[in-house]
Amino acid sequence: MVTEISENSPAKMRARDVSVYYGSKRAIDSVSIDIETDYVTSFIGPSGCGKSTFLRTLNRMNDTIPSARVEGAIELDGEDIYRSGMDVVQLRARVGMVFQRPNPFPKSIYENIAYGPKIHGLADGKDHLDQIVEKSLRRAGLWDEVKDRLSDSGTALSGGQQQRLCIARAIAVEPEVILMDEPCSALDPIATAKIEELIDELRGRYAIVIVTHSMQQAARVSQRTAFFHLGNLVEYGETSEIFTNPREERTKDYITGRYG
Amino acid sequence: MSPAILLLLALLLGLAGWLAARARAWSFKRAAPKNRLAALPSYYGWYVALWVIVPVLIFIALWSAVEPQLVQQSVLASPAAANLPEFGMQRQTMLAEARAVATGAAKGVFNPDSRVLIEPFEKALFRYNIVGVVSTLLIGFAGGAWSFLRLKPDFRARTKVERIVMGILLLASLVAILTTLGIFVSLVFETIRFFGMISPIDFLFGTHWGPDPMGNPANPDPTRYGAIPLFWGTIYIGAIIAMVVAIPLGLMSAIYLTQYANPRWRKWLKPALEILAGVPTVVYGYFAALTVAPFVRDVALSIGISNASSESALAAGLVMGVMIIPFVSSMADDSIAAVPNAMRDGSLAMGATQSETIRKVLVPAALPGIVAGVMLAISRAIGETMIVVMAAGAAANLSANPLEAMTTVTFQIVAMLTGEGSFDHPATLSAFALGFVLFLVTLALNFIALRVVKRFREAYE
Repeated sequence: MVTEISENSPAKMRARDVSVYYGSKRAIDSVSIDIETDYVTSFIGPSGCGKSTFLRTLNRMNDTIPSARVEGAIELDGEDIYRSGMDVVQLRARVGMVFQRPNPFPKSIYENIAYGPKIHGLADGKDHLDQIVEKSLRRAGLWDEVKDRLSDSGTALSGGQQQRLCIARAIAVEPEVILMDEPCSALDPIATAKIEELIDELRGRYAIVIVTHSMQQAARVSQRTAFFHLGNLVEYGETSEIFTNPREERTKDYITGRYG
Repeated sequence: MSPAILLLLALLLGLAGWLAARARAWSFKRAAPKNRLAALPSYYGWYVALWVIVPVLIFIALWSAVEPQLVQQSVLASPAAANLPEFGMQRQTMLAEARAVATGAAKGVFNPDSRVLIEPFEKALFRYNIVGVVSTLLIGFAGGAWSFLRLKPDFRARTKVERIVMGILLLASLVAILTTLGIFVSLVFETIRFFGMISPIDFLFGTHWGPDPMGNPANPDPTRYGAIPLFWGTIYIGAIIAMVVAIPLGLMSAIYLTQYANPRWRKWLKPALEILAGVPTVVYGYFAALTVAPFVRDVALSIGISNASSESALAAGLVMGVMIIPFVSSMADDSIAAVPNAMRDGSLAMGATQSETIRKVLVPAALPGIVAGVMLAISRAIGETMIVVMAAGAAANLSANPLEAMTTVTFQIVAMLTGEGSFDHPATLSAFALGFVLFLVTLALNFIALRVVKRFREAYE
C-alpha cells in the first residue's frame, strides 16, 4: 500500500519499497512512507507487525543485529542512508532515538546529556557545554526537577524522569529526526502524560516518529498515523482520518478492537 | 573386617529395607484402593532405607576409628606383649609388623620378636570383626525395624525423606567450610607459637630475612625474621608486574571477545583462553625458568646491564601475568556482557562509534566487575608458588629493580617447611606465620571482590 501523501511535499525522510529480513524471514514487506518535520507521525499495529523493526531501519539501528538485512531505499533529505560509504555515526547524530525502556547511562545527569555533544565535538568549552546541557534539559521539561542535582546518577531518577532524560540526551546533539520506540510503555499514566506533552512541544522543531501500542496515544500526539499489519503498511494518512474514517477494512477492525 | 565390607553390608541392608517398605506401601494400597497414600511407595522405601543406612554409616565411621585402638589394647593385654620394649620406634614397628602379617598385608616379619605378637593380633582382629559385623547388623535392623513400624497409609514419608536429604546436603556443604575453619585454626596455633619466639613487630616490620634453621632454637635472632622483603617480593611480582601484564591483555581480550569477535571466532577463542587457566602452574614454572628468565637476562645483558641474573622478578612476574590473563579476561567478559544491551544501543543511537561506546559506556558500567576480577586475580597471583619457586629465586632482596632475584612469601613457606630445621624451630614455624598473613590477605581480597560483584549485580537487577 503506497502512501497517499503528495510526492512533491518536502519530506524529511522518504522510504521506498523497504523490506527487512531477519535471516530468511521477512519482517517488513515493501513499505513506502514519507516522514515530515511539521508532524508527529505515529506507527500503530498489533504486536509483531514490524512497526519497531521499521523504525529501527530509519537510523540503521538494525545494523546491530547481525542477521538483519534491509532492501529498498531510505532517504534523509534526499540522500540514501543505506548507500555504501554512508557514515552511520553522522546519520545517527541526525536521526536520534529514544527506546522503550529508559536507558540512561550509569553516569551523572550532566554527563548523560553531555555525552553526545562531547563525542560529536559540538561544544566549544565548558561554558558552552553547560549551556547545551541546560537547554536540552529545559526542552525536555526536566531542568527544574534536576538543576540542583546534576551530578547525581541518571539511574537514580524515576522512570518518567529517566525517559525525559533520554529525550534530553537525544535533543542535545541537535538531531533533525527523533525516533521513539514505545517511549511510554514502561511508564505510569502521569509520566506518560508528561512525555506526551513534551512530544507536542517538540513538534515542528524535529521530525518525530513514535511507535505506540496505544491507539489513544497515537490519536493524542500524532497528526499522521501509519497502520502496520503483518509486515505491511496497510494505511497511512492524517490521524483524524485514520481514526474516524479508515479506508481499509483491516484498519477499521484494529481500531474498533476486533483484533490486536 | 574392612570398612568396605561393612559398607557393602549396610547397603544390602538398606536395599532390603527399601524393598520391604515399598512392598508394605503397595500392600496398604491394595488393602484400601480408594484411599490415597500420603506419598509414593518409593518414598516409603527411601524412608526405611535411609533409616538403615545413615545410622550404620555413622557407626562404621566411628568404628573404623576406634577398632584399631581396641585391637591394640587387647594385644597389649595379652601375655605375649610382656616382652615388648616400653616406648619408642621399635615398639611401634613391632606392633605394626605383627598387625600387617595378621591382616594378610605382609608375608612375614623382619624382627623375629614380633612373631609372637601375630597370634594375639589374629585373635583380637577376629573378635572385633565379629563385634563390628554384629553391631552393624543390629544397628541396621534396629533402624529398619523402628522406621518400618512407623509406616502407615497416612504416614508422610515424602516430607521426612526430603528433610533427611536436606540434612545430608547441608552436611556436604559444611565439609568445605569446616575444612577452611580447621586450616585457619591450625595456622593460628602455629603462628601463636612462632610469635611467642619472635615478636610480631620484628616479623611484620623487619627488613632483613635470613632465618638460620641450624641456629639455637631457644635463642633466635629476631633481626633475621623481618618479612618485609618477602611481602615486597610478593607484591612486586604478583600484584605489580603480573598485573601490568594481565590487566591490559585480559581487558583487551575481553573487549575483543564480547564486542568485536564474530560468534564463530568467539566460540573458539573463549574456550581456548580458558584452557590457559587449566595449565598446571608447574608447566608455567618450566616456561618461566627455562625460556623467559634466560631471555630476560640476555636482553638485559645486550642493553648493557651487566649484573642481570638468570633468576629475576621480571621473568616470574611476566609468566604469572600470562597465567592470570584468563581470570581477568573471563571476569571482565562476564561483566561487560552483563551490561544491558539497552546501554549499548543507547550510546550507538547517539551516534557514538563502537569504540566510543566501549570506552565511555560499557567499560565504565562494567568497572566494578572488572575490579573484582582483578582482585581475585591478585589473590590468585600472590598465592602462586610454583612459578616463583622455579623462576624468582631465593634471595630476599628489598629492591625495585625487576631484574634482580626476589623471593616471595609462598617460596619461603616451601623453603622453611622443607628445610633442615626441626619442627619446633622458629625458622620452620615462620612458615606458618607467613601462611597466616597470606591467608588473611587473600581472604580479604576475595571478600572485597565478592562484595563488589554483588553490589554490581544488584545495580542491574
